[in-house]
Amino acid sequence: MNFKEVKKSIPKVDGKGLLQGKPAYTDDFVDKNALRVKFLRSPHAFAKIRSIDLSRALEIEEVEVILTHNDVPRNPITRAGQGYPEPSPKDKFILDQYVRYVGDEVAIVAARTGEAAEKALDLIDVQYDVLEPVLDFEEAEGNSAVIHPEDKIYEMFPMGFDPKNNIACSYTDTMVVGNVDKKVEESDIVVKERYYTQAQQHTAMEPHCATAYLDYQDRLNIITSTQNPYHTRRIIGEALDKPLKEIRIIKPRIGGGFGGKQAIHCDIFAAIVTLKTGKPSRCFYSRKEVFENTFTRHPMRFDVTLGATKDGIIEAIDMQLLSNTGAYAEHALTTFMVAGSKVLPLYNKAENLRFEGKVVYTNTCPAGAYRGYGAIQGNFAMESAIKELADKIDMDPTELREKNCIKEGETSPVFKVMGEGTEGIPQTMESCKLDYCIKRGKELIGWYEKYPSKKIGKNKVRSVGNAISMQGSGIPLIDMGSAVLKLNDDGFFNLLVGATDLGTGSDTILAQIAAEALGIPVERVVVTSSDTDTTPFDVGAYASSTTFVTGNAARKAGLNMKEKILEAGAKALDAKSKDQVIFEDCKVNLKDGTKSITLEELSSGLYYGYAEDMQQLIASGSNTSPKSPPPFMSGFVEIELDLETGKYEVLNYVGVVDCGTPINPNLARIQVEGGILQGIGMASTENVVYSKKGKMLTNNLMNYKIPSRKDVGKITVEFAESYEPSGPFGAKSVGEIGIDTPPAAIANAVYNATGVRIKTLPITPQKVLKGIQKLNKE
Amino acid sequence: MKIELHVNGKFYSLDTNPDAFLLDILRELGFTSVRRGCDTGSCGACSVLVDGKPVLSCCYLAVRAQNHEITTVEGLGEEADKITEYIINEGADQCGYCGPALVVTTYALKQEIPNPTEEQIKQYLVGNYCRCSGYEGQMRGIKKYLGVE
Repeated sequence: MNFKEVKKSIPKVDGKGLLQGKPAYTDDFVDKNALRVKFLRSPHAFAKIRSIDLSRALEIEEVEVILTHNDVPRNPITRAGQGYPEPSPKDKFILDQYVRYVGDEVAIVAARTGEAAEKALDLIDVQYDVLEPVLDFEEAEGNSAVIHPEDKIYEMFPMGFDPKNNIACSYTDTMVVGNVDKKVEESDIVVKERYYTQAQQHTAMEPHCATAYLDYQDRLNIITSTQNPYHTRRIIGEALDKPLKEIRIIKPRIGGGFGGKQAIHCDIFAAIVTLKTGKPSRCFYSRKEVFENTFTRHPMRFDVTLGATKDGIIEAIDMQLLSNTGAYAEHALTTFMVAGSKVLPLYNKAENLRFEGKVVYTNTCPAGAYRGYGAIQGNFAMESAIKELADKIDMDPTELREKNCIKEGETSPVFKVMGEGTEGIPQTMESCKLDYCIKRGKELIGWYEKYPSKKIGKNKVRSVGNAISMQGSGIPLIDMGSAVLKLNDDGFFNLLVGATDLGTGSDTILAQIAAEALGIPVERVVVTSSDTDTTPFDVGAYASSTTFVTGNAARKAGLNMKEKILEAGAKALDAKSKDQVIFEDCKVNLKDGTKSITLEELSSGLYYGYAEDMQQLIASGSNTSPKSPPPFMSGFVEIELDLETGKYEVLNYVGVVDCGTPINPNLARIQVEGGILQGIGMASTENVVYSKKGKMLTNNLMNYKIPSRKDVGKITVEFAESYEPSGPFGAKSVGEIGIDTPPAAIANAVYNATGVRIKTLPITPQKVLKGIQKLNKE
Repeated sequence: MKIELHVNGKFYSLDTNPDAFLLDILRELGFTSVRRGCDTGSCGACSVLVDGKPVLSCCYLAVRAQNHEITTVEGLGEEADKITEYIINEGADQCGYCGPALVVTTYALKQEIPNPTEEQIKQYLVGNYCRCSGYEGQMRGIKKYLGVE
């Protein structure tokens, strides 16, 4: 297909300004006199507050207000930042008498200086009844310590919410196809394994932050580092008993999100301080607070059973899952479901499927949305088990995958059964080049020369590993996005979108899509995004939704604007109807070529010249879809492993991706490269660790190791030629797909190098070495 | 205490606490390119140049910077345009939060090591974390800027 503005790499519209330090992020817009907001946090993993004495703290002159659970509205909310009705239990109050993990907020202090606020924190005297915490998620269900004993908390629709047993949600007897137990019994080959995935922290470079103020109409304005301004507005209104009309949320530029800023954190605290004092406020989390007091990825335990024929046809898949949502249940149900719904369809030849399990509370940092969103956890379990199956039947694992994986024109029963929190919608893969991705990836990594491993010198081995993955493109018939185009004099356009660019480049690609549909150069488009007062609704940037969901809205807005330009142009050229004109090269031309008018002339006439025909051209588009076409990827890793120490290095990572048409190939490539590196981090070094009493030990960038630029070799990303008919100009979303494969691919490579199967993430040298030593003893 | 700072060729007199860090002072002076990413000198987002060498302004006392030349990306002029262009042409700017620090550090690298090897580039920039890009695109752009493709 011939495109002019899409499938084209242009620089991000905001790139230059951001790199040159222009005021752009939340903390660049804080009023000089804003009150500093700080928190007294629980030192205990689980306790009930007996009393709080503020008298000494309030003596500090610069302290403006201190709020405890006695001073704030008591409305149960979920901070998940999802659509409505929310698929996460409403189990959180702004402040509560119970504190449920180390760092849970006890009091909010607002003072004229940060120093005064810190000083006040030291002077607040809190008496706690310390309770026995539940720290091990495998012991949470039915534990005598009940983490949420309070009343008023509830689920918005049935999800198995059973707080008296520490269960946030459960899912059984639903995702059942065929007869798994019977088929497993009959199968030639059975793999039955248990896998664990750990908590991971998003570690966006910009810490969570927000600033609030009352404007001249006394409306609450919040500038916040959020992925979803509209949900944030709704949830803050709900928590504070405020009509939404009185709240405006502005998302400026965001220093990375990855799911971590889908949640409500600083914004609600800044809001309540401003409402209580009438003064502007600033809340800017320290890195320690980002680690300890925002969310992590859900740690999960998988019991996977595969049944297959001896020639490698997978007939049955069973996944039993236990997920740990920590102290509060944000995204508990939906991440859990995605661990099945974005993993099981990969192997759609299996006619016997079961997926079930529970999500439990513990007294640890709450879990929330994080890029990959259950799929990366499920992927590690499934793709490790697939490798084990391949080894059992002595088959190349890539060939086993090629044989069993989903292909274009095919479907899976899982799509219908499992949605996100609710039932799903059937889907046929109209674009799926997964088999090509596997084949091409093998060429790029040099699979057949390198598989399974080669000894390099005395103690070093090089090996390769593979995993395949899928994600989605938004949530079908739940996610909705919209776009407005406005023609200005001088012939340029404003594109207004509610979609939230987190550094992903969505402002840029949405402009490209609108320009392609409208038939103008993208340089004529100025994008404004994410302001609940001025831009149209969008669910926000999560669930890999923007390119596909909002992209189609931008396309519709572009097509609608083109119609309006044709109409106005026809009138200006005295044509009988718009059928007699065409719009190209920014001119409306009579089809017979006798007359034309430039966009500059037309827009000027519409503003100033056309008397009673003067008007503002505005076009809009809204979009939701019954489809969520999955992007696919095949990931390959080459590692070099030291048999003496267990240490390994990632020499090469190859990702071949089917995301349909990459709207902006450079930006799509960086999305995948960045995703791969985060996945490598999860696979190898990143781990949230607690003390025996539940205090997070990995609360800074020294103890929590994210990859630096020296920690990996080469990352190579290629795109399959693919076209998704339901996507904007053939596109599917690409924000998450990159992250999924590294944990399993690296685990499989480690096995190929050593014979050791690591089933608990992260794959540390200690675990590898222990495994090697155990093998040597046997 | 009263101190005088020399930032991007201009003098600023200010009254500040002796324990104030350069990061906070520069932000107060309006240099929004200097960004806080952590509190432990680990992420590199606050990097500025002192006498042409990168320092972490989050743990560099402002008073210590007296009588030294401080350079932020705002002071790099056309050189900032060049570096920026190479990075955005790869799409590697992403969220941009770590960007200005990367730009000034890359500039310092060029002054300090002519024709660096890939290993030297990675070593010089290793303290500049980026969570978005996976580093590959940044490296492509930076290598082009340094003329060492």
